[in-house]
Amino acid sequence: MPQYLISVWHDDTYETDFSTPDAQRRAAQVAAFNEELMQAGAWVFAAGLQPASSATVVRSSGGEVSMTDGPYAETKEQMGGFWVIEAPDLDAALAWAGKAAAASGETIEVRPAQG
Amino acid sequence: MTGPLDEVFRREAGRCTATLIRVLGDIDLAEDAVAEAFAIAAEQWPKTGTPPNPGGWITTTARNRAIDWLRRDSTRSERHLAAHRLRIDSMEPDHNPELDRLDDFVDVVADDQLRLMFLCAHPALAADAQVGLILRLLAGLSMGEIATAFLVPEATMAQRIVRAKRKLHDNHASYRVPGAGELPDRLHAVLSAIYLIYTEGHTATSGQTLTRTDLSTEAIRLGRTLAELMPGEPEAIGLLALMLLSESRRAARVTADGTMVRLTDQDRTRWDRTLISEGHELVRACLRRNQPGPFQIQAAIAAVHADAPTAETTDWSQIIALYDQLCALRPSPVAALNRSVAIAELHGPAEGLGALAEIDPAALQNYQPYHAARADLLARAGRRDEAVAAYDRAIELTTNTIERDFLARQRAAL
Repeated sequence: MPQYLISVWHDDTYETDFSTPDAQRRAAQVAAFNEELMQAGAWVFAAGLQPASSATVVRSSGGEVSMTDGPYAETKEQMGGFWVIEAPDLDAALAWAGKAAAASGETIEVRPAQG
Repeated sequence: MTGPLDEVFRREAGRCTATLIRVLGDIDLAEDAVAEAFAIAAEQWPKTGTPPNPGGWITTTARNRAIDWLRRDSTRSERHLAAHRLRIDSMEPDHNPELDRLDDFVDVVADDQLRLMFLCAHPALAADAQVGLILRLLAGLSMGEIATAFLVPEATMAQRIVRAKRKLHDNHASYRVPGAGELPDRLHAVLSAIYLIYTEGHTATSGQTLTRTDLSTEAIRLGRTLAELMPGEPEAIGLLALMLLSESRRAARVTADGTMVRLTDQDRTRWDRTLISEGHELVRACLRRNQPGPFQIQAAIAAVHADAPTAETTDWSQIIALYDQLCALRPSPVAALNRSVAIAELHGPAEGLGALAEIDPAALQNYQPYHAARADLLARAGRRDEAVAAYDRAIELTTNTIERDFLARQRAAL
């Protein structure tokens, strides 16, 4: 069965305070969406991510590993979380993505896995 | 290709390709096989005569040729049968067709053309890619013809189409007609793509000739096919009616010396009565079903224009009522713009400008017709300086030389 990455995108300045009623409501919606994915057998894996500022970039060149502070992509738009789902086809994946967008209130990107 | 084969090609290429995609599960392989079958026909038919069922002959020949390729070229076969196949709803998700069983699948099914239309106009593709795919796969136009029609280099168009096909493959797009729940939105995407082809042919967005008949003809042909395949969908009939009614005005839109003529100034005796009566009949037929949709309403508006023997006798209150309905059903700044123009015709330019002011200007700031319409209303309201500025903006945004000349003349007349 094809797998798809469903990622959540927002500006890096997004609200990290999850105690607000709005954030609580969205967390509940996302939990319900996760439950629906599992019930349908579409769930593979999912995670919410810490802000992009917590990222470290690691490179390997000629046996030397180097590290840099900060995210790889120096853009305002950053990935805040993701699901990996299994779906029979693109339309099914897009339907899940629509539900993910509604539950999270964020912009969603759908990308097929290779193979 | 010339003569009878050319006709067969125009009529059958899209249908054969649509069926071969289902049979083979691969767009590129289907395209190659159909092209090869037509090449064989070009060689054989002059000697043997055109077969009684040319489409069936092409489909069977293309199928056989594809099987030969797959058997002979084991790498291609493996690659083809690997993960990058389109998903066919009649097959299990990971089903690989057994070549010997392909006979079972070769009947031309009307649904194949619908499947292909929904695949080409998939909402995950950009509008220009949808249009390119439709013209390539369903209308059988060559990459060069499509590129010429859209005034882009052939390599650009080829890249756009290849990228779109790749995206459909990589995303495991299904080859199917959407189910009832998704159908309204998906059908609207198909209709919009065909209408985009029509309008591109009707007013070329750039270049020296105002109309590019070929694209309009192709769009109407596609619209007819879709209306035949989905007789229960009034919106498909509405789109066909809208295109026929717009097409009826073609001869009157440009004078012999290539000057553009506005709807209000057109010589209505030059309108094509045959197209108008067909369009009228279709509008009546779909309105009877009482399932209004944006294309039916736009067709009804075109029918009201066609009803008026002169511009002065146009039933503007009826047109405004239809635009009200359109704006309620599918609000868009463009619909609101056209509604404002109709209001100006009935109640005067000041009222029209008032309606125009209610539209968020940011939504239309790069939309040439907005500035052209606004310039006209400002001129009629006697607000000369603002009209000049609006004409300047409209001219700046116009890429079609004939339209630009028209606007420049309007501006100069102020």
